[in-house]
Amino acid sequence: MSGIGADTTNASGLAESLEPSVGDFVQLMKPRVMSLVIFTALTGMVAAPGSLHPVLAAIALLMIAVGAGASGALNMWYDADIDAQMARTAARPIPRGRVTADEALTFGTILSIGSVLTLGLLVNWLAGALLAFTIAFYLFIYTMWLKRRTPQNIVIGGAAGAFPPMVGWAAVTGSVSIESVVMFMIIFIWTPPHFWALALYRCRDYERAGVPMLPVVAGADETRRQILIYSVLMVIVAASPIYFGFGGMTYAIASTLAGAIFLALAVKVWRVREGRAADQVARRLFHYSIFYLFLLFALLLGESVVTRLMA
Amino acid sequence: MEPQLADGNDNESRNAQAKRQRMRSIAIAVALAALVGLFYAATIVRMGGHVVERPL
Repeated sequence: MSGIGADTTNASGLAESLEPSVGDFVQLMKPRVMSLVIFTALTGMVAAPGSLHPVLAAIALLMIAVGAGASGALNMWYDADIDAQMARTAARPIPRGRVTADEALTFGTILSIGSVLTLGLLVNWLAGALLAFTIAFYLFIYTMWLKRRTPQNIVIGGAAGAFPPMVGWAAVTGSVSIESVVMFMIIFIWTPPHFWALALYRCRDYERAGVPMLPVVAGADETRRQILIYSVLMVIVAASPIYFGFGGMTYAIASTLAGAIFLALAVKVWRVREGRAADQVARRLFHYSIFYLFLLFALLLGESVVTRLMA
Repeated sequence: MEPQLADGNDNESRNAQAKRQRMRSIAIAVALAALVGLFYAATIVRMGGHVVERPL
């Protein structure tokens, strides 16, 4: 969508191509990340005991999505300088000159405030407060403070991406309970191996941009070791819904199998250390990690739906 | 030639600015309309069906 007009190269054509489109603002909201946020928040809402009117549930989900998109826009506003230096992010709307930094800041700020207030007023204030905390954590703690300072950036910052199921749960129940904390923990522990797999094969990008990701600061071998440690922890945490009773037999079998594949890939990343093959296994782990998280939450969602239908 | 070129550029940037402002106004209008719809729907849901049963 944002590619429209990008092929015009004359002076007037250039002016045309720099006009922001709706697609550019959608891109500012990081739609891929948003889809994961919507999905995990929906799981939190469906798994929660009690009920919420479908209209209010749809509003809650929409506001969580808008809040996530807003934090994405604010992240792109603050990180425009380093985004321009990295191949993965150079085509984002601000580095390409399609959207100005001020526009992104205004867009992100208005959506942040709007989504929090709407969620608080129409659904409940605990959910609104948690959404506000998530946005603030992502912007101030991760983006502004940790990202450029420490290789633990995505370990601590990963909490921001882990809050959506908790917000969804709070939207329905008006409280936070152990089940929502478990869902938070699954995403929180999943984040480091997911991002470090990416950082392994994008190491030069991060190095050029001066972002102290683990492979840049501690080296690829140490990153591989940490990926393996966190993968083991993640598989253990991913089994906790079974212990707490909100993950059934299907979840137990499928998550164990999927976890075993995750571990096998992490071991492969740890063993294959040279050349293009090393990049390929890291890339495979990165893509598989996205599927894995989707699968875990799809299983929890599916089992909750079935339980509700049978009740 | 020089002043004409400057005029051309000025017009172009003015047009571009006007276009941006128009787009922004449309986006704000759409967002406000969506918010009104959202709050209307939520109010009806929260009040429930009994809203029509009030004494006149």
